[in-house]
Amino acid sequence: MSDTLTARSLSRRRFVQSSGALLFAAQCPVGLSRKAYAGGAGAMMNSFVRIDPNNVITMLANNSEFGNGAYTVMSMMLAEELDVDYRSIALEAAPTTPEYYSPLFREYLTAGSVTTGSTFMPMRTAGAKARAMLLEAASQDWQVPSAELTTEGGKVTHAASGRSSTYGELLEAIHRLDIQPPETVALKDPSEFKILGKPARRYEGAGKVDGSAEFGIDIKLPGMLYGAIARPPVHSGSVIDFDATESLAMPGVVKVKAIRAGVVVLADSYWRAQKARAKLKIEWDRGVNDGVSSEQFYADYRALADTPGLLAEDIGDAIGALDAAETAGNVIEATYEMPLLAHATLEPMNCIARVEGDTCTIWSGTQYQSNDQEVISRFLGIPQQNVTIHRPLMGGSFGRRSSKTADYTVEAVEAAMGESVPVQIIWSREEDIRSGHYRPLFVHKLRGSVDESGMPEAWHQVAVGQSLMQGTKHDPGYMVRGIDIYSLDGCLQEPFGVFPYGTSYQIPNHRVESHNAPKKGIVPQEWRSVGHTHTGIAYECFLDEMAHKGGIDPMELRLRLTKDHARMNRVLSVLKEKCDWDKPLAPGRGRGVASRIYNISPVAQAVEVTVAENGDFTVDRVVCVVDCGFAVNPLGIEGQVEGGLAYGLGGVAFGNIDIVNGEVQQSNFHDYPVMRLPQMPKVEVHILPSDEPPTGIGEQATTPIAPAVANALFNATGRRVRRFPLSSQGFNLV
Amino acid sequence: MKLTVNGNEVEVTSEADTPLLWVLRDELNLVGTKFGCGIAQCGACTVHLDGVAIRSCVTPVAAVANKDIQTIEGQATETGLSPVQQAWLETDVAQCGYCQSGQIMAATALLAQNANPSDPEIDAAMAGNICRCGTYPRIRKAVHLAAALIAEEQSA
Repeated sequence: MSDTLTARSLSRRRFVQSSGALLFAAQCPVGLSRKAYAGGAGAMMNSFVRIDPNNVITMLANNSEFGNGAYTVMSMMLAEELDVDYRSIALEAAPTTPEYYSPLFREYLTAGSVTTGSTFMPMRTAGAKARAMLLEAASQDWQVPSAELTTEGGKVTHAASGRSSTYGELLEAIHRLDIQPPETVALKDPSEFKILGKPARRYEGAGKVDGSAEFGIDIKLPGMLYGAIARPPVHSGSVIDFDATESLAMPGVVKVKAIRAGVVVLADSYWRAQKARAKLKIEWDRGVNDGVSSEQFYADYRALADTPGLLAEDIGDAIGALDAAETAGNVIEATYEMPLLAHATLEPMNCIARVEGDTCTIWSGTQYQSNDQEVISRFLGIPQQNVTIHRPLMGGSFGRRSSKTADYTVEAVEAAMGESVPVQIIWSREEDIRSGHYRPLFVHKLRGSVDESGMPEAWHQVAVGQSLMQGTKHDPGYMVRGIDIYSLDGCLQEPFGVFPYGTSYQIPNHRVESHNAPKKGIVPQEWRSVGHTHTGIAYECFLDEMAHKGGIDPMELRLRLTKDHARMNRVLSVLKEKCDWDKPLAPGRGRGVASRIYNISPVAQAVEVTVAENGDFTVDRVVCVVDCGFAVNPLGIEGQVEGGLAYGLGGVAFGNIDIVNGEVQQSNFHDYPVMRLPQMPKVEVHILPSDEPPTGIGEQATTPIAPAVANALFNATGRRVRRFPLSSQGFNLV
Repeated sequence: MKLTVNGNEVEVTSEADTPLLWVLRDELNLVGTKFGCGIAQCGACTVHLDGVAIRSCVTPVAAVANKDIQTIEGQATETGLSPVQQAWLETDVAQCGYCQSGQIMAATALLAQNANPSDPEIDAAMAGNICRCGTYPRIRKAVHLAAALIAEEQSA
């Protein structure tokens, strides 16, 4: 991992500091493989582009599509440099080989809102290099100068002689003349862009309105069996014994067997498999998590927060300043508590596996192919390259399908072992809510003081929760001195690990500590916008408390604290104007603001709420200003902002997983509510124009909405929520 | 048992208590109708039964014999996409797209009852259809556009 980290942090810093960096174009090393071009019919021009004689251009996509728009932006980048319509490009999921690993992660992983930024140069370069080969072939074959050739609509044309050939027709010349990929190539100047920067509809949108889009759950293979798994009531439980007599007598049931995940029923249809599952009699060993409860987590974490943690940052003298301010009564203190959350993707987890000899093939919606391959190869004791992964479209992911344990994948492989046909495991919604992975529960304790002018003078924060990375293969890559960098997402003022900085605010005395809570009860997992899902609430709500204490308007306070961060300061200035911040609101209404930086992109939101006497509230308006560098697809960005904040709003409003005696209490959408249409606010999105390289937008809007709404509720009612979700404190989003 | 799906009569052999959803998906290979919750909470499985939007995940197949069943696969005609599908495409509604078959079926049923629904009417009619990607603002927009497209079609 260490190479990754260096490259990542360097590139991030460069992005932050450079201006007009879109122009550094041509020299980018993108891992295009020289061996890839094989010639003959259907030529690989490079790792990412294949052209067939019938002029079908195929992109090999090494980022997953789960609603994020990856296929749209990547095809746009390729099409721009190849001078074709992006929707005319065919697309294949690239195989799980190192040449397709993310240049940032050095793994086959789609995560962290980095797809647009990390593919911007590679996909354009792939397109430009393929085009250069086509021009070179035409120039040599037609004996005309390359400079006189033009490309449009998948054709090379020489206007003076009237000659024209499709890209497909030129393959023969490329082969005959032994045209090789160029070492370097000039990319278009942004002023020449015809596709990039213009609103573009979703690449795979048509199949998503006529029902033909194929998700993993839709795949049917000859002879395939369906599997339904009875899972232990407690995470960590295992099967002692089971009686399947009744199940085996039911129609369509082929086999029942114990695997590590539980007891799996294999049948000729999913309905029959899950029906037979209900008739199993299973004796469980409840395992080490028996007795665990989320209320105990809160109590344990609160106690831990009162003890010194691992020191992440200590700027100035926060302790000294707080002690001095204490006597003057200028100190405030608060504890923020955020629950476990499930992802609840609408397409439940599923995976098809086929095990034959020392090879394994899976069909799986996944963000994390190289890890799936690694886990399966270790489990089966076969070489990694013997594991083939077919990646369909995904019905949402939000982090769930980047499972570090490859849980829903490797269990399908285990179920398929010893079977002569492929096996598809489908999770029910109840399994998804009860037996999944979760955004870990976190407690943040904060103390702060204001100076005589009311500005924040000292800040002391202690974060407690289960680490995402500790004890995984990313430890120590994403851990610094034992601290998981994600536990403190957006809380630090100085560079930390791969992050150039966390917050855009500058407070003179700033101390932040972290406790890695004991790993138990659940498997923690990234949830759209990762650590920000809890740090964002703690940091931005407590900052609001500081503004109140110091008697400074919360928007004004943020503008002052970001005076050294030009991009965030610009975002906030625009927000203040667009949201009519200074316009008075009627009684019962309130306004709140929050801002966060995630993967370089500064985002700020202002919300307006109306609160009824009984605590029912509506979010009437959300204004969101984003700076994500050059806006590759404004239409896609707008969609990600609307959807990202809907995800965050549902989470803060009523997202809550309770564990009692080791067992998750919720089970389906009736007791794990999620956002519905009537609750969706009006959203205004403002994308700031920028010449900086593109940065992320998939997770950025999820972060500020939660604290902005909590701050608005305070503004409307004077009541501060410090334990979430809001519904647990009498505030119900309607 | 005989069913009429998208105008075609088909013979199915699933047990009588099998939900229509799984008959459509596993026996008839009409997989555009999706499984999301199994208890009529999310709307991903929405189809039309005699023109009314129903949740196929809780509807036993025995209850729908001799009735007109419409699924997402039956929405486009030889002349192209339905107005609701066109509006969905035009508005670029879908993100992951998994819920959109159900959303389109719910919107189609709504517009058959109410040619020009207001935002609150759209919210009320479509509250049972969850979209985890949060495409809700565009769903509202697309329903209005579909209403306009249908009105245009009828006046032409």
